[in-house]
Amino acid sequence: MSDASKEWPLWEVFVRGKGGLSHRHVGSVHAADAKMAVEHARDTYTRRMEGVSLWVLPSAQITSSDPGDAAALFEPAEDKVYRHPTFYKIPDGITHI
Amino acid sequence: MDALATYALRLGDDSLILGQRLGEWCGHAPALEVDLSLANVALDQIGQATHFLNLAGEIEGAGRDGDKLAFHRDVMDFTNCLLVEQQNGDFAQTIARQFLFSHYQELMFAALAASKDARFAAIAAKAVKEVTYHATLASDWVVRLGDGTEESRARMIAGLDWMWRFADELFEMDDVDAAALAAGVGADKAALRGAWDQRIDLALADATLARPAARRPVLGGRTGRHSEHLGHLLSEMQFLQRAYPGATW
Repeated sequence: MSDASKEWPLWEVFVRGKGGLSHRHVGSVHAADAKMAVEHARDTYTRRMEGVSLWVLPSAQITSSDPGDAAALFEPAEDKVYRHPTFYKIPDGITHI
Repeated sequence: MDALATYALRLGDDSLILGQRLGEWCGHAPALEVDLSLANVALDQIGQATHFLNLAGEIEGAGRDGDKLAFHRDVMDFTNCLLVEQQNGDFAQTIARQFLFSHYQELMFAALAASKDARFAAIAAKAVKEVTYHATLASDWVVRLGDGTEESRARMIAGLDWMWRFADELFEMDDVDAAALAAGVGADKAALRGAWDQRIDLALADATLARPAARRPVLGGRTGRHSEHLGHLLSEMQFLQRAYPGATW
């Protein structure tokens, strides 16, 4: 465990809870390759009937936003309430909305 | 016990002893994910053991249930094959045992799913899905270790070499097996050998490994002639019921 270079690479795991739902990120596993990653994901994250389908992808392939940019990226959305579709009057009797 | 009860007992004992053996890895596997993987296989085996031992008790009709059969019998009354009681050794040796056994178990349960006895068929039909995964998992590891580093390869070869001598017992047909087969309940284990050989050879070829050299087969587990290892396993597994007979919680 001390020599990080000898550890298996990290994979992110996504589980589809049931048909029709999207895959959701549930955690990560260590594995030598994609096949082992699917097996480890199965054994780690679907032991209690959590899913019907798995995705794994190398964590190293994920590009994330820089936390230092959070203010510029996300705070401008805070006062744009008009982007929420909450200002429409919905006529009576309209369903499925 | 009559032949059918003994037949269920043997199936249950195989699963029980292998499940207990695999459980010994808990907290000691090479990686956290592998730890979970082995524990999952162990729990599948314990589940199968529960079903088959309960069924053995039911057929026997002497008031013994699965727990009674698991925890209140001594070594010579256990009918598991010698393969499953073999020590874990290193990870490769554990994988070698799993590899040989899971492929047998998958073929066996697939055959038993067609049993005339609905109770055997139901347990086998559920369990065959579990052991199909075990067989795939074990084959994958045989390939990884066999076609891996110099050290993993040497360990895989040593593990297979040890376990190989216990493979013939899996396909042995004695009076109990013949009676179960004649009743339309049991499987023709000898007939499974060809498919098993094919599966094993396929994975070994993938792993760039040769078949271990043929050895004199070691037999006797079905009639209670076990290695010294089983007694140690039972002393741990049965400790609580031996120390506090009948304890429940």
